[in-house]
Amino acid sequence: MSESYTLYNQTVMDHFLNPRNLGDLPEADGVGEVGAAACGDIMKISLRIEEGRIKDARFKTFGCGSAIASSSMATELIKGRTIEEAMHFSNQEVVQALGGLPPVKIHCSVLAEEALKAALEDYLKKHPELARKTPLQSAPAGA
Amino acid sequence: MRQVYLDHQAATPLLPEVFEAMRPYFTEAFGNPSSLHQHGLRARDAMNQARAQLARFIRAESPEEIFFVSDGQEAANLAVKGVAYANQRKGNHIVAAETEHPAVLNSIEFLEKQGFACTRVKVDREGFVKPGDVEAALTDQTILVAVHCANHDIGTVQPIAEIGAIAARRGVPLYVDAEAAAGWAPIDVQAMNASLLSFSPHKFYGPKGVGVLYRHKRARLVSILHGGVQEGGRRAGVENVPAIVGAGLAAEIAARELPARSAHTARLQQRLWQGLQAAVPFLKLNGPPPGPNRLPTNLSLSAEFIEGEGQLLLCDMNGIAVASGSSCVSKSLKISHVLAAIGLDHALAQGNLILSLGKDNTEEEIDYVVETFANKVVARLRSMSPMWDEFQRGLIDSAIAPRGSGRSSSAHASALSGKPA
Ligand code: FES
Repeated sequence: MSESYTLYNQTVMDHFLNPRNLGDLPEADGVGEVGAAACGDIMKISLRIEEGRIKDARFKTFGCGSAIASSSMATELIKGRTIEEAMHFSNQEVVQALGGLPPVKIHCSVLAEEALKAALEDYLKKHPELARKTPLQSAPAGA
Repeated sequence: MRQVYLDHQAATPLLPEVFEAMRPYFTEAFGNPSSLHQHGLRARDAMNQARAQLARFIRAESPEEIFFVSDGQEAANLAVKGVAYANQRKGNHIVAAETEHPAVLNSIEFLEKQGFACTRVKVDREGFVKPGDVEAALTDQTILVAVHCANHDIGTVQPIAEIGAIAARRGVPLYVDAEAAAGWAPIDVQAMNASLLSFSPHKFYGPKGVGVLYRHKRARLVSILHGGVQEGGRRAGVENVPAIVGAGLAAEIAARELPARSAHTARLQQRLWQGLQAAVPFLKLNGPPPGPNRLPTNLSLSAEFIEGEGQLLLCDMNGIAVASGSSCVSKSLKISHVLAAIGLDHALAQGNLILSLGKDNTEEEIDYVVETFANKVVARLRSMSPMWDEFQRGLIDSAIAPRGSGRSSSAHASALSGKPA
């Protein structure tokens, strides 16, 4: 029964049940932790950055199934991207890659975008010389 | 995979004998009870028998005091709005507990937009309404007191007879929402001094699609659904005869089996709570401890540092069906108003899970749930939770068993989101 009826689509369920990149990075170059104002959930993304590129990403999430799936998917998507590219990352990409989320759950993917940008911000704070070159794109509110 | 159903407050399976009793009323005895020929009369007769069974079930004086509607929530709408409209020349004030079901609270809110006023009586940390607070809220304008018999969320059994005595003394009708209690705790409308009382048979192995409203013969009530003169003019619409027949029989069986059913679930409730308490650290029971002041079916829990929807999903993946009052499962993204009313910490309310037992659950099932919940649900979600990690590192504190170091999870969450919890 549980195979045929699930609250979310198969991709979301898969990322919820088998999250990719779960955990922390002991020597992270940037860490972002953000909370969702709507529901109170929390997401943390850690990045390892080498030569301007995201080498590795990890997440931890206190939140619903789609928040866990969104953070899993977001960390998958951003690995290998340059800082510049990652700054243009949008929650829409997560929603698309997950094959869609229920309307009330879109904010969970926004949380993933915000956590990623907070981690990049953290990194750029430690590397002010790069920050000047790559102004941070802020997350579109509620998108 | 093993399937353990622990959401009996949402729905129960129909008893096979009830299904059999209903069956002829779909096909051969299909008549409309308002028709004057034999087909109609047969359906009417079956309805009257169900009325008598339901009157006995709640110790009503007469079957004429039983009204059939489509569901317990419709019954709540009719009780609240029907009494308010019938008495609007006398006054406009309603007293209700703040932990009533949304069917009651939202009906009252609707009335408030039309000039009625409401005093919402606070509850204590276990969800109890103090009879003295109800009395203090009464004014000479009060036309209705609404207090539930047992809470749908946290299982608190209210001192309803005491509240009924106060209402009777002050001459104000008392409406009792017995949705969560009916079938699991004895209901006696006379001992309660209830003027109105409602429940749904699908909570005790009867069918969905029917709700029951008791109305004492002297309580004034006007219809909120207009059309034909079904149900003594109190509710227009052709009656759901098969469901009504099923409701009557389910109630008769529930009354007979109530002591055995509730003793069984009470035993399992103890086993489940004790098992979980031993297996899962930082777990809180919401509402009163298992015993006479709590429904024998309900456990409302909060597992700290993890969220409720994730728990629900992982339980489901392991064959365990439960409910949650977390903000993440609600369409409004708000935590359960009952959990808010008992002053539960926001992060704990987000970690809420509601388990409700039934007559067919077994001890083996309970043991499976304890073990699965501890190892495959809580441990797993905690390994994913940044808060659990921050708690281990002493950055945030437990609200259940504070160590006195670090800020609370809720304070942490609101700092991160920039919004008070
Ligand atoms: S992050 Fe709050 S509901 Fe998903």
